[in-house]
Amino acid sequence: MSAEASPILKLDQVSIRFGGLTAVSALDLAIHPGELIGLIGPNGAGKTTVFNLITGVYQPTEGTIAIQNNPSAGLKPFEITARGIARTFQNIRLFASMTVLDNVRTALRMHQKKGMLDALWRGDSFRASEKRIEERALELLDLFGLARFRHSMARNLPYGDQRRLEIVRALATEPRLLLLDEPAAGMNPTEKQELMRLIQFIQQKFKIALLLVEHDMPVVMGISQRIAVLDYGIKIAEGTPEAVRANPKVIEAYLGQEHST
Amino acid sequence: MTHLGAKRFLIAAIVTAIAVSYFSDSFNRYFLSVAIDIGINVILAVSLNLINGHTGQFSLGHAGFMAVGGYTAAICTLHLSPLVPPPLQPLLFLFSLIAGGLLSAGSGLVVGIPSLRLRGDYLAVVTLGFGEIIRVLLQNSEFVGAASGLKGIAKMTTLGWTFGLAAVTVYVIASLVNSTYGRGFIAVHDDEVAASAMGINPTGYKVTAFVVGAFFAGIAGGLYAHHKQFLSPTGFDFMKSIDIVVMVILGGMGRTAGVIAAAVLLTILPEYLRASFADVRMIVYSLLIIGLMMARPQGLFSFGPRKAKST
Repeated sequence: MSAEASPILKLDQVSIRFGGLTAVSALDLAIHPGELIGLIGPNGAGKTTVFNLITGVYQPTEGTIAIQNNPSAGLKPFEITARGIARTFQNIRLFASMTVLDNVRTALRMHQKKGMLDALWRGDSFRASEKRIEERALELLDLFGLARFRHSMARNLPYGDQRRLEIVRALATEPRLLLLDEPAAGMNPTEKQELMRLIQFIQQKFKIALLLVEHDMPVVMGISQRIAVLDYGIKIAEGTPEAVRANPKVIEAYLGQEHST
Repeated sequence: MTHLGAKRFLIAAIVTAIAVSYFSDSFNRYFLSVAIDIGINVILAVSLNLINGHTGQFSLGHAGFMAVGGYTAAICTLHLSPLVPPPLQPLLFLFSLIAGGLLSAGSGLVVGIPSLRLRGDYLAVVTLGFGEIIRVLLQNSEFVGAASGLKGIAKMTTLGWTFGLAAVTVYVIASLVNSTYGRGFIAVHDDEVAASAMGINPTGYKVTAFVVGAFFAGIAGGLYAHHKQFLSPTGFDFMKSIDIVVMVILGGMGRTAGVIAAAVLLTILPEYLRASFADVRMIVYSLLIIGLMMARPQGLFSFGPRKAKST
């Protein structure tokens, strides 16, 4: 089996129950390198729960999750990130007391092999490494048009730029798969157009896979190569945007039964 | 401050402290004593700032760490001093201080572990409990003088030792925080969930903050013991921890320069107002904190963004 054929992430019959409530039930999902996949569903369908399962915030009650064929059970969120899966948050979670530059530098920490003693001794190799990190952070910020804000406090950025900074910060961990949790939330139509271009740009430029959880149909339908639809924690459909749009089960889930003629 | 500048600052500060120390006989003994108090409080406040300020873990146990270090160092010099020839006494002192620091760091590890599970007020209560346990243990241990205290500690703390070690403390904590590694402390403070999603291990950083903070509190305790030449468990009660917390809050959580300024101010102020102030000190402190939280929640001495701009 070639490396390309094996999925980055594979969910196999994953279920999670909170007390009597089954939030996600027997979910199968595979994401391959470079894919752009949408995960949609009505409110409370379990989309964010799936994110939290993948990133180690929750552990599945049943089933297994594998990252590049290695089971991820028991791994903490920071260990999942170290295995190449980064995420953004539905409600933006930047490091508020840091500058824009420091937000990105913090995420670049993961691939730096310098520890406490290096930071105290401040030798040549430490300084070179710090310089590389700063340059890399500026490079990333520049790519997304945020370099001019580098010394601003992250919390003072306009909303749209905060969302973009969160994406830059996640990319700084050098993921193979990026999870975006409702990136279009709170955006106007122009910003949404821009976001769609941005997501496609990331896919091409960084050659990574993306999993997009989104409410906004035009955004998901417009850019996803494949879409999985959740309803009450059960996957009711999966396929191309066209196939999903035409699927009667999906129409029923979104619009209700009476209108499905 | 450039990286090179920081190291030079450290060396310059240590040399100055030792040089000035040579002339300490010509200083007024009272001022000398207050100056040493200032240095000790700077170490305490800056080290607590790593835990409470930078990492955002509210600890009320700093007096406990100080007590562990103080008693350990005092016992070391009391028992080993007769065995060491006079020229080597400073080395013994250094050894004792480090021993105190290490034992205190060990207790920091023990207190740091509950911090993996507890947040905010709950952690504060655990650390408060730790401080009280240390105090009660000391109060009931005959071999350290129990409630009547540990007497006859040699006078070894000088201006040079105090400010040299204060400079080391400031250097270590400022260098740690001002690095890509150390930005993790601030990330944990700002948003633990986001920090974890960026590949940062919050537990590791929290425990490290406790261990490093406790180490320097232990050093400060050793200096204190060989300055006052007498240790009493009541000197390390809850109020002592509050004193240090007030310095950190007044200086601005996570701002080293502000915290140093606050430590200096809050050492001099009670001395200056000793006659009238001593009895109402805690009332004044409480009012100060309430007033500060309302007027300047970012701290009295904090201006501009928290992190120095680089490049």
